[in-house]
Amino acid sequence: MTGESAAGLSGRELACMRGGRTVFAKLDFGFAPGELVVLRGPNGAGKSSLLRVLAGLVAPAEGTLAWHGADIADDPAGHRARLQYVGHLDALKANLTAREHLRFHAALREVGARDGEAHHIAHALDVFGLAKLADRPARFLSQGQKRRVALARLCVAPAALWLLDEPTNGLDTEGVACLAAAIADKREGGGIVVAATHLDFPGSQARTLTLSPSQ
Amino acid sequence: MNAAFALLRRDLSLALRNVGETLTVLAFFVIAATLFPFGIGPEPQILARVATGIVWVVALLASLLPLERLFQAEADEGGLDQLLLAPAPLEALALAKCAALWIGSAVPLIAVSPIVAAMLQLPSEAFGTLLASLLLGTPSLALLGGIGAALAVGARKGSALLALIVLPLAIPVLIFAVAAVEAQIAGLSVRPHLFLLAGFAVFWLTVAPFAMAAALRQAAS
Repeated sequence: MTGESAAGLSGRELACMRGGRTVFAKLDFGFAPGELVVLRGPNGAGKSSLLRVLAGLVAPAEGTLAWHGADIADDPAGHRARLQYVGHLDALKANLTAREHLRFHAALREVGARDGEAHHIAHALDVFGLAKLADRPARFLSQGQKRRVALARLCVAPAALWLLDEPTNGLDTEGVACLAAAIADKREGGGIVVAATHLDFPGSQARTLTLSPSQ
Repeated sequence: MNAAFALLRRDLSLALRNVGETLTVLAFFVIAATLFPFGIGPEPQILARVATGIVWVVALLASLLPLERLFQAEADEGGLDQLLLAPAPLEALALAKCAALWIGSAVPLIAVSPIVAAMLQLPSEAFGTLLASLLLGTPSLALLGGIGAALAVGARKGSALLALIVLPLAIPVLIFAVAAVEAQIAGLSVRPHLFLLAGFAVFWLTVAPFAMAAALRQAAS
């Protein structure tokens, strides 16, 4: 546990409180570029809370979180720009199609036509096997297909850090394979992927961080 | 700013596909205003005297209807996290949602207001001022409504809380909007009242983005 190692995402003595209760405390870690970190632990151990802390959505009650050695609290906007988060909810609008969701997400992540937005969207649809469903409103998609659209967002904008909360929920084996391929691709490019999941991704060498429920 | 415009465009296209919600607000506006002639009697002089106040109070109440879902829907679906994590300033994104709300619900309401005003026997020379007061006053309602909606995210009984936050703050807008129309009817200058309404709009435009962003960040953590 070398928290001060420069490269990647590191945490020192991290603690998180929710509703007056300590979810986890004194958590040290260092995630290096290219790593897949799988968060494990029983329900309530704080996997989702840790992901929200890593995303900067929740401030840690104690400790510091650093990117390449620089405290993220000093540059929250920079941290937001470098990460993509897929929560346990799909964040889909019933009346928008998959393509419209991805186009909006690209704009939200400030990926414009000049950055090859159309290419990124076509690629994302392709990676998650959504090409044929691209123009169907989300209300006509199955649970697993909706999850694929939520995950396809990851591929429309560049990010050095992916934070995935139960990404395989509702996915079939083919969907899991699509996600595994996307993760492998991201790691090859030096990205860090942190995922709370119960499944093993096929063919991936993952590091496991186990959280235990605190009293 | 691209992200804010994209959000505005997306919310407007959602409003177009969900015309039912806009129609509900319009129907509420028309029906609630129609109740007054039944309640206070059909005498034209009495109705003409209270017409502006009725149009404005009912418009204010109608503008509360879509507020509860403004940010709560995003929070329930998970979209709020995506907005919070966007590189763009949250203030601009929250403002974009208010702008979409105003265009999608206040503008149609302003468009039908002359019909309601005519039904309530408002003198026709006051229609222009009524429209001007609505055009200048409703942006304030959308903005302070946005603050209320952001504060109510995650609250049980959010709609009741919303009304408690928004209605008292809307009183100054109501006072000067009605005063503008009465001044027109009395043959006085309407400009001071309209300038004040524009001033309120500028004030809420300055305050609301920061208040909404702070409340939304709090709601997510």
